[in-house]
Amino acid sequence: MDGYFGSYVVVAVLLAIGVGVFAGGLLANRMLRPHRPTVEKLTTYECGVDPVGEGWAQSQVRYYVFTYLYVVFAVDAVFLFPWATVFAAPGFGTTTLVEMFVFLAFIAIGILYAYRKRVLTWT
Amino acid sequence: MPSLNDFGHDPLWISIIKAVVIFVFLVLAVLFGVWTERKLISRMQHRYGPNRAGKFGLLQSVADGLKMGLKEDLTPSGVDKVLYLVAPLILVVPAFISYSIIPFGPVVSMFGVKTPLQLTDLPVAVLLVLAMASLGVYGIVLAGWASRSPYAILGGLRSTAQVISYEIAMGLSFVAVFLYAGTLSTSEIVAKQAGGGTLDIGSLTIPMPSWYAIQLIPSFLIYVLTMLGETNRVPFDLPEGEGELVAGFHTEYSSSLKFALIMMAEYVNVFVVSGLSITLFLGGWRAPWPISLWDGANHGWWPLLWFFIKLVIVFGFFVWVRAALPRVRYDQLMALGWKVLIPLNLVWILLVATFRALRVDKGPVVFTMLAIIVIGALAVYFYFDTANQRRREARAQEIQQDFETLADAPALGGFPVPPLDLPHYHGVHSSKEVTSGSN
Repeated sequence: MDGYFGSYVVVAVLLAIGVGVFAGGLLANRMLRPHRPTVEKLTTYECGVDPVGEGWAQSQVRYYVFTYLYVVFAVDAVFLFPWATVFAAPGFGTTTLVEMFVFLAFIAIGILYAYRKRVLTWT
Repeated sequence: MPSLNDFGHDPLWISIIKAVVIFVFLVLAVLFGVWTERKLISRMQHRYGPNRAGKFGLLQSVADGLKMGLKEDLTPSGVDKVLYLVAPLILVVPAFISYSIIPFGPVVSMFGVKTPLQLTDLPVAVLLVLAMASLGVYGIVLAGWASRSPYAILGGLRSTAQVISYEIAMGLSFVAVFLYAGTLSTSEIVAKQAGGGTLDIGSLTIPMPSWYAIQLIPSFLIYVLTMLGETNRVPFDLPEGEGELVAGFHTEYSSSLKFALIMMAEYVNVFVVSGLSITLFLGGWRAPWPISLWDGANHGWWPLLWFFIKLVIVFGFFVWVRAALPRVRYDQLMALGWKVLIPLNLVWILLVATFRALRVDKGPVVFTMLAIIVIGALAVYFYFDTANQRRREARAQEIQQDFETLADAPALGGFPVPPLDLPHYHGVHSSKEVTSGSN
Protein backbone atom coordinates (compact mmCIF):
# COMPACT_ATOMS: atom_id res chain seq x y z
CA MET A 1 0.00 0.00 0.00
CA ASP A 2 2.95 2.33 -0.54
CA GLY A 3 3.72 4.79 -3.23
CA TYR A 4 1.75 7.52 -4.94
CA PHE A 5 -1.23 5.34 -5.76
CA GLY A 6 -1.35 3.79 -2.28
CA SER A 7 -3.99 6.24 -1.08
CA TYR A 8 -6.04 5.70 -4.22
CA VAL A 9 -5.99 1.94 -3.69
CA VAL A 10 -7.73 2.50 -0.35
CA VAL A 11 -10.57 4.31 -2.14
CA ALA A 12 -10.87 1.32 -4.46
CA VAL A 13 -10.96 -0.99 -1.41
CA LEU A 14 -13.81 1.05 0.05
CA LEU A 15 -15.60 0.90 -3.32
CA ALA A 16 -15.25 -2.89 -3.34
CA ILE A 17 -16.53 -3.17 0.25
CA GLY A 18 -19.45 -0.88 -0.60
CA VAL A 19 -20.52 -2.81 -3.67
CA GLY A 20 -20.01 -6.10 -1.79
CA VAL A 21 -22.06 -5.08 1.25
CA PHE A 22 -24.99 -3.67 -0.68
CA ALA A 23 -25.06 -6.28 -3.42
CA GLY A 24 -24.90 -8.92 -0.66
CA GLY A 25 -27.72 -7.15 1.14
CA LEU A 26 -29.89 -7.17 -1.96
CA LEU A 27 -29.09 -10.84 -2.52
CA ALA A 28 -29.98 -11.77 1.07
CA ASN A 29 -33.15 -9.71 0.69
CA ARG A 30 -34.00 -11.70 -2.43
CA MET A 31 -33.73 -14.98 -0.55
CA LEU A 32 -35.56 -13.85 2.57
CA ARG A 33 -38.55 -12.01 1.18
CA PRO A 34 -41.79 -13.60 0.03
CA HIS A 35 -42.57 -13.44 -3.67
CA ARG A 36 -46.22 -13.78 -4.72
CA PRO A 37 -46.77 -11.45 -7.66
CA THR A 38 -50.15 -10.80 -9.21
CA VAL A 39 -50.93 -8.68 -12.26
CA GLU A 40 -52.46 -5.93 -10.12
CA LYS A 41 -49.47 -5.78 -7.83
CA LEU A 42 -47.09 -5.39 -10.76
CA THR A 43 -48.78 -2.38 -12.37
CA THR A 44 -46.95 0.92 -12.17
CA TYR A 45 -47.93 2.88 -9.08
CA GLU A 46 -47.79 6.39 -10.61
CA CYS A 47 -50.12 8.27 -8.28
CA GLY A 48 -52.31 5.47 -7.00
CA VAL A 49 -54.86 5.51 -9.82
CA ASP A 50 -54.65 2.84 -12.53
CA PRO A 51 -52.04 3.99 -15.05
CA VAL A 52 -53.29 5.20 -18.41
CA GLY A 53 -51.34 4.55 -21.60
CA GLU A 54 -47.63 3.94 -21.94
CA GLY A 55 -45.05 4.35 -19.21
CA TRP A 56 -43.53 7.30 -20.99
CA ALA A 57 -45.26 10.63 -21.05
CA GLN A 58 -44.31 13.49 -23.29
CA SER A 59 -43.12 16.51 -21.43
CA GLN A 60 -41.32 19.67 -22.30
CA VAL A 61 -37.61 19.29 -21.73
CA ARG A 62 -36.35 22.55 -20.32
CA TYR A 63 -33.35 21.04 -18.68
CA TYR A 64 -30.97 20.67 -21.60
CA VAL A 65 -29.83 24.29 -21.49
CA PHE A 66 -28.92 23.82 -17.85
CA THR A 67 -26.95 20.72 -18.82
CA TYR A 68 -24.90 22.74 -21.30
CA LEU A 69 -24.33 25.44 -18.72
CA TYR A 70 -23.39 22.79 -16.18
CA VAL A 71 -20.69 21.40 -18.43
CA VAL A 72 -19.25 24.89 -19.00
CA PHE A 73 -19.24 25.81 -15.33
CA ALA A 74 -18.10 22.45 -13.99
CA VAL A 75 -15.07 22.63 -16.28
CA ASP A 76 -14.59 26.23 -15.19
CA ALA A 77 -14.60 25.20 -11.53
CA VAL A 78 -12.13 22.40 -12.22
CA PHE A 79 -9.79 24.95 -13.82
CA LEU A 80 -10.16 27.19 -10.78
CA PHE A 81 -9.05 24.50 -8.29
CA PRO A 82 -5.41 24.10 -9.41
CA TRP A 83 -5.17 27.84 -9.88
CA ALA A 84 -6.33 28.38 -6.30
CA THR A 85 -3.81 25.89 -4.92
CA VAL A 86 -0.74 27.35 -6.63
CA PHE A 87 -1.83 30.96 -6.33
CA ALA A 88 0.14 31.75 -3.17
CA ALA A 89 3.21 29.76 -4.24
CA PRO A 90 6.36 31.73 -5.12
CA GLY A 91 6.66 32.65 -8.77
CA PHE A 92 2.94 33.15 -9.23
CA GLY A 93 0.92 36.12 -8.02
CA THR A 94 0.00 39.10 -10.15
CA THR A 95 0.36 37.44 -13.55
CA THR A 96 -1.70 34.47 -12.39
CA LEU A 97 -4.32 36.83 -11.05
CA VAL A 98 -4.61 38.74 -14.33
CA GLU A 99 -4.88 35.49 -16.28
CA MET A 100 -7.72 34.30 -14.07
CA PHE A 101 -9.49 37.65 -14.49
CA VAL A 102 -9.39 37.22 -18.25
CA PHE A 103 -10.59 33.61 -18.00
CA LEU A 104 -13.44 34.42 -15.64
CA ALA A 105 -14.42 37.41 -17.77
CA PHE A 106 -15.04 35.04 -20.67
CA ILE A 107 -17.08 32.75 -18.43
CA ALA A 108 -19.01 35.71 -17.06
CA ILE A 109 -19.85 36.79 -20.61
CA GLY A 110 -21.22 33.30 -21.11
CA ILE A 111 -23.57 33.50 -18.15
CA LEU A 112 -24.55 37.08 -19.02
CA TYR A 113 -25.42 35.91 -22.54
CA ALA A 114 -27.55 33.11 -21.12
CA TYR A 115 -29.21 35.63 -18.81
CA ARG A 116 -29.89 38.03 -21.67
CA LYS A 117 -31.34 35.22 -23.81
CA ARG A 118 -33.62 34.43 -20.86
CA VAL A 119 -32.70 30.77 -20.72
CA LEU A 120 -32.14 31.10 -16.98
CA THR A 121 -35.74 32.16 -16.50
CA TRP A 122 -38.01 29.22 -15.86
CA THR A 123 -40.98 29.35 -18.22
CA MET B 1 -0.85 16.81 12.95
CA PRO B 2 -1.14 14.57 9.89
CA SER B 3 -0.16 15.76 6.43
CA LEU B 4 -0.40 14.18 3.00
CA ASN B 5 2.83 12.21 3.55
CA ASP B 6 1.30 10.28 6.44
CA PHE B 7 -1.14 8.54 4.14
CA GLY B 8 -0.67 5.51 1.95
CA HIS B 9 1.59 3.76 4.48
CA ASP B 10 -1.06 1.84 6.43
CA PRO B 11 -0.85 -1.94 6.38
CA LEU B 12 -3.80 -3.47 4.57
CA TRP B 13 -5.50 -4.75 7.73
CA ILE B 14 -5.51 -1.26 9.28
CA SER B 15 -7.11 0.12 6.10
CA ILE B 16 -9.75 -2.58 6.22
CA ILE B 17 -10.47 -1.90 9.91
CA LYS B 18 -10.87 1.80 9.17
CA ALA B 19 -13.07 1.16 6.14
CA VAL B 20 -15.33 -1.18 8.10
CA VAL B 21 -15.53 1.28 11.01
CA ILE B 22 -16.54 4.06 8.60
CA PHE B 23 -19.23 1.79 7.17
CA VAL B 24 -20.59 0.81 10.56
CA PHE B 25 -20.44 4.41 11.77
CA LEU B 26 -22.39 5.67 8.76
CA VAL B 27 -25.03 2.94 8.93
CA LEU B 28 -25.57 3.60 12.64
CA ALA B 29 -25.51 7.34 11.97
CA VAL B 30 -28.29 6.90 9.41
CA LEU B 31 -30.39 4.70 11.72
CA PHE B 32 -30.12 7.02 14.69
CA GLY B 33 -29.99 10.15 12.54
CA VAL B 34 -33.45 9.32 11.25
CA TRP B 35 -34.61 8.80 14.85
CA THR B 36 -33.01 12.09 15.95
CA GLU B 37 -34.63 13.93 13.08
CA ARG B 38 -38.10 12.52 13.72
CA LYS B 39 -37.83 13.10 17.45
CA LEU B 40 -36.49 16.66 17.14
CA ILE B 41 -39.00 17.65 14.51
CA SER B 42 -41.91 16.24 16.49
CA ARG B 43 -40.78 18.15 19.58
CA MET B 44 -40.69 21.30 17.48
CA GLN B 45 -44.26 20.53 16.39
CA HIS B 46 -45.55 19.72 19.92
CA ARG B 47 -45.93 15.99 19.50
CA TYR B 48 -44.08 12.96 20.80
CA GLY B 49 -42.69 11.34 17.68
CA PRO B 50 -41.75 7.66 17.63
CA ASN B 51 -41.89 6.24 21.18
CA ARG B 52 -43.04 2.63 20.84
CA ALA B 53 -40.09 0.58 19.58
CA GLY B 54 -37.49 0.41 22.35
CA LYS B 55 -36.72 3.05 24.96
CA PHE B 56 -37.71 6.50 23.60
CA GLY B 57 -38.48 4.82 20.27
CA LEU B 58 -34.74 4.42 19.70
CA LEU B 59 -35.22 1.19 17.78
CA GLN B 60 -37.81 2.65 15.39
CA SER B 61 -35.43 2.88 12.42
CA VAL B 62 -34.02 -0.57 13.16
CA ALA B 63 -37.56 -1.95 13.06
CA ASP B 64 -38.28 -0.08 9.83
CA GLY B 65 -35.09 -1.42 8.30
CA LEU B 66 -35.92 -5.00 9.28
CA LYS B 67 -39.38 -4.64 7.85
CA MET B 68 -38.05 -3.28 4.58
CA GLY B 69 -35.57 -6.13 4.37
CA LEU B 70 -38.20 -8.83 4.85
CA LYS B 71 -41.31 -7.68 3.02
CA GLU B 72 -42.30 -8.52 -0.51
CA ASP B 73 -40.52 -6.50 -3.16
CA LEU B 74 -42.63 -5.51 -6.15
CA THR B 75 -40.83 -4.77 -9.40
CA PRO B 76 -43.41 -3.17 -11.69
CA SER B 77 -43.73 -5.09 -14.93
CA GLY B 78 -42.77 -2.21 -17.23
CA VAL B 79 -39.43 -1.30 -15.68
CA ASP B 80 -35.97 -1.65 -17.15
CA LYS B 81 -34.90 -4.43 -14.79
CA VAL B 82 -31.12 -3.96 -14.79
CA LEU B 83 -31.11 -0.19 -14.36
CA TYR B 84 -33.93 -0.43 -11.82
CA LEU B 85 -31.75 -2.69 -9.68
CA VAL B 86 -28.46 -0.86 -10.25
CA ALA B 87 -29.73 2.70 -9.64
CA PRO B 88 -29.95 2.41 -5.82
CA LEU B 89 -26.43 0.95 -5.76
CA ILE B 90 -25.11 3.84 -7.86
CA LEU B 91 -26.76 6.20 -5.41
CA VAL B 92 -25.54 4.67 -2.19
CA VAL B 93 -21.99 3.49 -2.86
CA PRO B 94 -20.44 6.85 -3.93
CA ALA B 95 -22.07 8.47 -0.92
CA PHE B 96 -20.11 6.14 1.35
CA ILE B 97 -16.86 6.62 -0.59
CA SER B 98 -16.93 10.36 0.00
CA TYR B 99 -16.44 9.68 3.70
CA SER B 100 -13.03 8.08 3.12
CA ILE B 101 -11.36 11.49 2.95
CA ILE B 102 -13.10 13.13 5.92
CA PRO B 103 -10.55 13.54 8.73
CA PHE B 104 -11.79 12.40 12.15
CA GLY B 105 -8.66 13.08 14.15
CA PRO B 106 -4.87 13.32 14.36
CA VAL B 107 -2.31 10.52 14.25
CA VAL B 108 -3.08 7.95 16.93
CA SER B 109 -1.68 4.57 17.88
CA MET B 110 -4.07 1.88 16.67
CA PHE B 111 -3.04 -1.63 17.84
CA GLY B 112 0.55 -0.44 17.96
CA VAL B 113 0.50 1.12 14.49
CA LYS B 114 0.78 4.88 14.20
CA THR B 115 -1.95 5.98 11.83
CA PRO B 116 -4.09 9.07 11.22
CA LEU B 117 -7.81 8.86 12.06
CA GLN B 118 -8.79 9.18 8.43
CA LEU B 119 -9.12 6.40 5.92
CA THR B 120 -7.09 8.09 3.22
CA ASP B 121 -6.14 11.47 1.88
CA LEU B 122 -5.45 12.49 -1.69
CA PRO B 123 -3.87 15.56 -3.25
CA VAL B 124 -7.32 16.03 -4.85
CA ALA B 125 -9.42 14.93 -1.88
CA VAL B 126 -12.18 17.56 -2.13
CA LEU B 127 -12.44 16.95 -5.86
CA LEU B 128 -13.15 13.30 -5.04
CA VAL B 129 -16.19 14.34 -3.01
CA LEU B 130 -17.49 16.49 -5.87
CA ALA B 131 -16.87 13.63 -8.30
CA MET B 132 -18.79 11.20 -6.08
CA ALA B 133 -21.65 13.67 -5.78
CA SER B 134 -21.77 13.80 -9.59
CA LEU B 135 -21.83 9.99 -9.75
CA GLY B 136 -24.79 9.99 -7.38
CA VAL B 137 -26.68 12.06 -9.95
CA TYR B 138 -26.53 9.05 -12.30
CA GLY B 139 -28.38 7.06 -9.66
CA ILE B 140 -31.13 9.66 -9.52
CA VAL B 141 -31.59 10.02 -13.26
CA LEU B 142 -31.38 6.27 -13.91
CA ALA B 143 -33.87 5.48 -11.14
CA GLY B 144 -36.31 7.91 -12.73
CA TRP B 145 -35.62 6.62 -16.23
CA ALA B 146 -35.82 2.92 -15.42
CA SER B 147 -39.14 3.23 -13.58
CA ARG B 148 -41.15 3.90 -16.76
CA SER B 149 -43.53 6.13 -14.87
CA PRO B 150 -44.23 9.78 -15.79
CA TYR B 151 -43.86 11.09 -12.24
CA ALA B 152 -40.65 9.20 -11.67
CA ILE B 153 -39.01 10.52 -14.81
CA LEU B 154 -40.15 14.09 -14.16
CA GLY B 155 -38.86 13.83 -10.61
CA GLY B 156 -35.58 12.36 -11.79
CA LEU B 157 -35.00 15.13 -14.35
CA ARG B 158 -35.96 17.81 -11.88
CA SER B 159 -33.73 16.44 -9.19
CA THR B 160 -30.82 16.13 -11.60
CA ALA B 161 -31.14 19.71 -12.82
CA GLN B 162 -31.25 20.90 -9.22
CA VAL B 163 -28.30 18.87 -7.99
CA ILE B 164 -26.01 19.81 -10.88
CA SER B 165 -26.93 23.49 -10.56
CA TYR B 166 -26.12 23.57 -6.88
CA GLU B 167 -23.00 21.50 -7.35
CA ILE B 168 -21.43 24.30 -9.38
CA ALA B 169 -22.12 26.86 -6.68
CA MET B 170 -20.77 24.38 -4.14
CA GLY B 171 -17.56 23.82 -6.09
CA LEU B 172 -17.08 27.57 -6.49
CA SER B 173 -17.58 28.16 -2.77
CA PHE B 174 -14.60 25.88 -2.09
CA VAL B 175 -12.26 27.96 -4.25
CA ALA B 176 -11.82 30.65 -1.60
CA VAL B 177 -10.88 27.95 0.92
CA PHE B 178 -8.29 26.55 -1.49
CA LEU B 179 -6.93 30.05 -2.02
CA TYR B 180 -6.33 30.36 1.72
CA ALA B 181 -5.19 26.81 2.38
CA GLY B 182 -3.19 26.31 -0.83
CA THR B 183 -4.16 22.64 -1.00
CA LEU B 184 -7.07 20.33 -1.78
CA SER B 185 -6.06 17.75 0.80
CA THR B 186 -8.56 17.64 3.64
CA SER B 187 -6.07 16.84 6.41
CA GLU B 188 -3.93 19.82 5.42
CA ILE B 189 -6.97 22.11 5.21
CA VAL B 190 -7.78 21.15 8.80
CA ALA B 191 -4.15 21.78 9.78
CA LYS B 192 -4.29 25.23 8.14
CA GLN B 193 -7.24 26.14 10.37
CA ALA B 194 -5.22 25.43 13.50
CA GLY B 195 -3.42 28.71 14.12
CA GLY B 196 -5.63 31.69 14.77
CA GLY B 197 -4.50 35.24 15.41
CA THR B 198 -5.34 37.21 18.52
CA LEU B 199 -7.44 40.31 18.99
CA ASP B 200 -6.22 42.87 21.54
CA ILE B 201 -8.85 44.98 23.26
CA GLY B 202 -7.02 47.08 25.82
CA SER B 203 -5.17 44.63 28.00
CA LEU B 204 -7.42 41.76 27.00
CA THR B 205 -6.10 39.26 24.46
CA ILE B 206 -8.85 37.26 22.81
CA PRO B 207 -7.81 34.43 20.51
CA MET B 208 -9.57 34.88 17.19
CA PRO B 209 -11.12 31.83 15.60
CA SER B 210 -9.15 30.60 12.64
CA TRP B 211 -12.07 28.75 11.13
CA TYR B 212 -12.66 29.50 7.47
CA ALA B 213 -16.35 29.80 8.30
CA ILE B 214 -15.51 33.12 9.94
CA GLN B 215 -12.62 34.24 7.77
CA LEU B 216 -14.52 33.48 4.55
CA ILE B 217 -18.07 33.99 5.72
CA PRO B 218 -19.64 34.61 2.26
CA SER B 219 -18.23 31.30 1.02
CA PHE B 220 -19.58 29.57 4.08
CA LEU B 221 -23.06 31.03 3.70
CA ILE B 222 -23.17 30.03 0.03
CA TYR B 223 -21.97 26.56 0.99
CA VAL B 224 -24.72 26.22 3.59
CA LEU B 225 -27.34 27.03 0.93
CA THR B 226 -25.81 24.68 -1.61
CA MET B 227 -25.53 21.83 0.85
CA LEU B 228 -29.28 22.03 1.41
CA GLY B 229 -29.82 22.09 -2.37
CA GLU B 230 -27.31 19.36 -3.11
CA THR B 231 -28.89 16.88 -0.72
CA ASN B 232 -32.49 17.67 -1.77
CA ARG B 233 -33.41 18.80 1.72
CA VAL B 234 -36.02 21.31 2.80
CA PRO B 235 -36.41 24.09 1.63
CA PHE B 236 -35.07 22.69 -1.66
CA ASP B 237 -36.75 19.26 -1.51
CA LEU B 238 -38.61 19.72 -4.80
CA PRO B 239 -37.79 16.25 -6.11
CA GLU B 240 -40.14 15.03 -3.40
CA GLY B 241 -42.81 17.66 -3.93
CA GLU B 242 -45.56 15.18 -3.13
CA GLY B 243 -48.34 17.48 -4.29
CA GLU B 244 -46.98 17.50 -7.82
CA LEU B 245 -44.72 14.48 -8.26
CA VAL B 246 -45.90 11.84 -5.76
CA ALA B 247 -42.46 10.80 -4.45
CA GLY B 248 -40.30 11.95 -7.36
CA PHE B 249 -37.70 9.63 -8.81
CA HIS B 250 -38.30 6.84 -6.28
CA THR B 251 -42.08 6.64 -6.74
CA GLU B 252 -41.87 3.14 -8.20
CA TYR B 253 -39.57 1.82 -5.50
CA SER B 254 -42.21 0.50 -3.15
CA SER B 255 -41.15 0.10 0.45
CA SER B 256 -38.51 -2.54 -0.16
CA LEU B 257 -34.81 -2.78 0.53
CA LYS B 258 -34.11 -0.81 -2.64
CA PHE B 259 -36.12 2.06 -1.22
CA ALA B 260 -34.19 1.70 2.03
CA LEU B 261 -30.94 2.05 0.06
CA ILE B 262 -32.22 5.23 -1.61
CA MET B 263 -33.19 6.70 1.76
CA MET B 264 -29.85 5.66 3.19
CA ALA B 265 -28.01 7.36 0.30
CA GLU B 266 -29.97 10.52 1.02
CA TYR B 267 -28.99 10.54 4.69
CA VAL B 268 -25.38 9.55 4.03
CA ASN B 269 -25.20 12.46 1.61
CA VAL B 270 -26.42 14.73 4.38
CA PHE B 271 -23.64 13.42 6.61
CA VAL B 272 -21.10 13.85 3.80
CA VAL B 273 -21.93 17.50 3.22
CA SER B 274 -22.02 18.06 6.99
CA GLY B 275 -18.63 16.39 7.39
CA LEU B 276 -17.27 18.47 4.53
CA SER B 277 -18.60 21.68 6.05
CA ILE B 278 -16.90 20.77 9.32
CA THR B 279 -13.63 19.93 7.57
CA LEU B 280 -13.47 22.91 5.24
CA PHE B 281 -15.11 25.63 7.28
CA LEU B 282 -15.59 24.67 10.93
CA GLY B 283 -12.06 23.70 11.90
CA GLY B 284 -12.36 19.98 11.26
CA TRP B 285 -11.78 17.72 14.25
CA ARG B 286 -9.97 20.46 16.19
CA ALA B 287 -11.54 21.57 19.44
CA PRO B 288 -13.30 24.96 19.45
CA TRP B 289 -11.86 27.81 21.45
CA PRO B 290 -12.69 27.33 25.14
CA ILE B 291 -11.85 23.63 24.96
CA SER B 292 -8.70 24.18 22.92
CA LEU B 293 -7.15 25.98 25.91
CA TRP B 294 -6.68 22.51 27.38
CA ASP B 295 -3.45 21.12 25.91
CA GLY B 296 -4.71 17.57 25.53
CA ALA B 297 -7.78 18.58 23.53
CA ASN B 298 -6.26 18.10 20.10
CA HIS B 299 -4.33 14.92 20.83
CA GLY B 300 -5.13 11.24 20.93
CA TRP B 301 -8.71 10.09 20.56
CA TRP B 302 -10.45 13.22 21.94
CA PRO B 303 -10.87 14.87 18.51
CA LEU B 304 -13.31 12.09 17.61
CA LEU B 305 -15.64 13.58 20.23
CA TRP B 306 -15.30 17.16 18.93
CA PHE B 307 -15.94 15.97 15.39
CA PHE B 308 -19.01 14.04 16.51
CA ILE B 309 -20.40 17.01 18.46
CA LYS B 310 -19.93 19.27 15.44
CA LEU B 311 -21.62 16.68 13.22
CA VAL B 312 -24.61 16.51 15.58
CA ILE B 313 -24.89 20.31 15.59
CA VAL B 314 -24.74 20.58 11.79
CA PHE B 315 -27.28 17.76 11.43
CA GLY B 316 -29.47 19.52 13.99
CA PHE B 317 -29.32 22.58 11.76
CA PHE B 318 -30.64 20.49 8.86
CA VAL B 319 -33.55 19.33 11.02
CA TRP B 320 -34.24 22.82 12.31
CA VAL B 321 -34.37 24.19 8.76
CA ARG B 322 -36.74 21.38 7.82
CA ALA B 323 -39.08 22.23 10.68
CA ALA B 324 -38.94 25.97 10.05
CA LEU B 325 -39.04 26.62 6.31
CA PRO B 326 -41.59 25.91 3.59
CA ARG B 327 -40.59 24.52 0.21
CA VAL B 328 -39.51 27.02 -2.45
CA ARG B 329 -40.91 27.07 -5.97
CA TYR B 330 -38.86 25.44 -8.72
CA ASP B 331 -38.26 28.65 -10.68
CA GLN B 332 -37.17 30.37 -7.47
CA LEU B 333 -34.75 27.55 -6.80
CA MET B 334 -33.14 27.69 -10.23
CA ALA B 335 -33.06 31.49 -10.18
CA LEU B 336 -31.32 31.47 -6.81
CA GLY B 337 -28.74 28.98 -8.00
CA TRP B 338 -27.89 30.51 -11.36
CA LYS B 339 -28.61 34.22 -10.98
CA VAL B 340 -27.49 34.78 -7.41
CA LEU B 341 -25.17 32.12 -6.02
CA ILE B 342 -22.93 31.59 -9.06
CA PRO B 343 -22.35 35.27 -10.01
CA LEU B 344 -21.87 36.23 -6.35
CA ASN B 345 -19.42 33.40 -5.97
CA LEU B 346 -17.37 34.44 -9.00
CA VAL B 347 -17.10 38.04 -7.79
CA TRP B 348 -16.22 36.89 -4.27
CA ILE B 349 -13.46 34.58 -5.60
CA LEU B 350 -11.92 37.45 -7.55
CA LEU B 351 -12.11 39.68 -4.50
CA VAL B 352 -10.44 37.10 -2.25
CA ALA B 353 -7.77 36.40 -4.86
CA THR B 354 -7.02 40.10 -5.22
CA PHE B 355 -6.68 40.53 -1.47
CA ARG B 356 -4.39 37.51 -1.33
CA ALA B 357 -2.32 39.02 -4.14
CA LEU B 358 -2.09 42.31 -2.23
CA ARG B 359 -0.16 40.52 0.50
CA VAL B 360 2.51 39.43 -1.97
CA ASP B 361 2.55 42.34 -4.39
CA LYS B 362 1.38 45.85 -3.66
CA GLY B 363 1.94 46.98 -7.25
CA PRO B 364 -0.44 49.18 -9.23
CA VAL B 365 -1.67 46.21 -11.27
CA VAL B 366 -3.28 44.57 -8.27
CA PHE B 367 -4.95 47.79 -7.20
CA THR B 368 -6.29 48.24 -10.72
CA MET B 369 -7.74 44.75 -10.52
CA LEU B 370 -9.36 45.55 -7.19
CA ALA B 371 -10.87 48.70 -8.66
CA ILE B 372 -12.15 46.74 -11.68
CA ILE B 373 -13.96 44.19 -9.51
CA VAL B 374 -15.50 46.73 -7.15
CA ILE B 375 -16.64 49.08 -9.92
CA GLY B 376 -17.75 46.17 -12.13
CA ALA B 377 -19.74 44.52 -9.35
CA LEU B 378 -21.41 47.80 -8.42
CA ALA B 379 -22.24 48.55 -12.07
CA VAL B 380 -23.80 45.14 -12.59
CA TYR B 381 -25.73 45.47 -9.34
CA PHE B 382 -27.14 48.89 -10.22
CA TYR B 383 -27.98 47.80 -13.75
CA PHE B 384 -30.03 44.86 -12.52
CA ASP B 385 -31.48 46.88 -9.69
CA THR B 386 -32.82 49.57 -12.04
CA ALA B 387 -33.96 46.97 -14.56
CA ASN B 388 -35.85 45.12 -11.84
CA GLN B 389 -37.30 48.34 -10.50
CA ARG B 390 -38.56 49.27 -13.97
CA ARG B 391 -40.10 45.83 -14.41
CA ARG B 392 -41.81 46.01 -11.01
CA GLU B 393 -43.28 49.43 -11.77
CA ALA B 394 -44.53 48.30 -15.18
CA ARG B 395 -46.16 45.29 -13.61
CA ALA B 396 -47.83 47.35 -10.85
CA GLN B 397 -49.18 49.74 -13.47
CA GLU B 398 -50.55 46.87 -15.52
CA ILE B 399 -52.39 45.47 -12.51
CA GLN B 400 -53.77 48.91 -11.66
CA GLN B 401 -55.06 49.28 -15.20
CA ASP B 402 -56.68 45.85 -15.06
CA PHE B 403 -58.55 46.84 -11.93
CA GLU B 404 -59.82 50.02 -13.51
CA THR B 405 -61.11 48.31 -16.67
CA LEU B 406 -62.76 45.54 -14.71
CA ALA B 407 -64.41 47.88 -12.21
CA ASP B 408 -66.19 49.66 -15.06
CA ALA B 409 -67.40 46.50 -16.75
CA PRO B 410 -68.69 43.84 -14.36
CA ALA B 411 -69.72 41.76 -17.35
CA LEU B 412 -66.05 41.09 -18.06
CA GLY B 413 -65.81 39.21 -14.81
CA GLY B 414 -64.47 41.87 -12.51
CA PHE B 415 -63.19 40.39 -9.30
CA PRO B 416 -64.70 40.06 -6.69
CA VAL B 417 -68.14 40.90 -8.08
CA PRO B 418 -69.77 38.22 -10.24
CA PRO B 419 -71.21 39.44 -13.52
CA LEU B 420 -74.29 41.46 -12.64
CA ASP B 421 -76.26 40.56 -15.77
CA LEU B 422 -76.60 36.86 -15.05
CA PRO B 423 -80.10 35.70 -16.14
CA HIS B 424 -81.46 34.75 -12.72
CA TYR B 425 -80.81 38.24 -11.38
CA HIS B 426 -83.51 39.43 -13.76
CA GLY B 427 -86.11 36.82 -12.96
CA VAL B 428 -85.25 34.63 -15.92
CA HIS B 429 -85.10 30.99 -14.88
CA SER B 430 -83.92 28.12 -16.97
CA SER B 431 -86.52 25.40 -17.30
CA LYS B 432 -84.27 22.84 -15.60
CA GLU B 433 -84.10 24.71 -12.33
CA VAL B 434 -85.87 22.93 -9.50
CA THR B 435 -87.53 25.28 -7.07
CA SER B 436 -87.43 24.37 -3.45
CA GLY B 437 -90.46 22.62 -2.06
CA SER B 438 -91.77 21.67 -5.48
CA ASN B 439 -92.67 18.16 -4.44
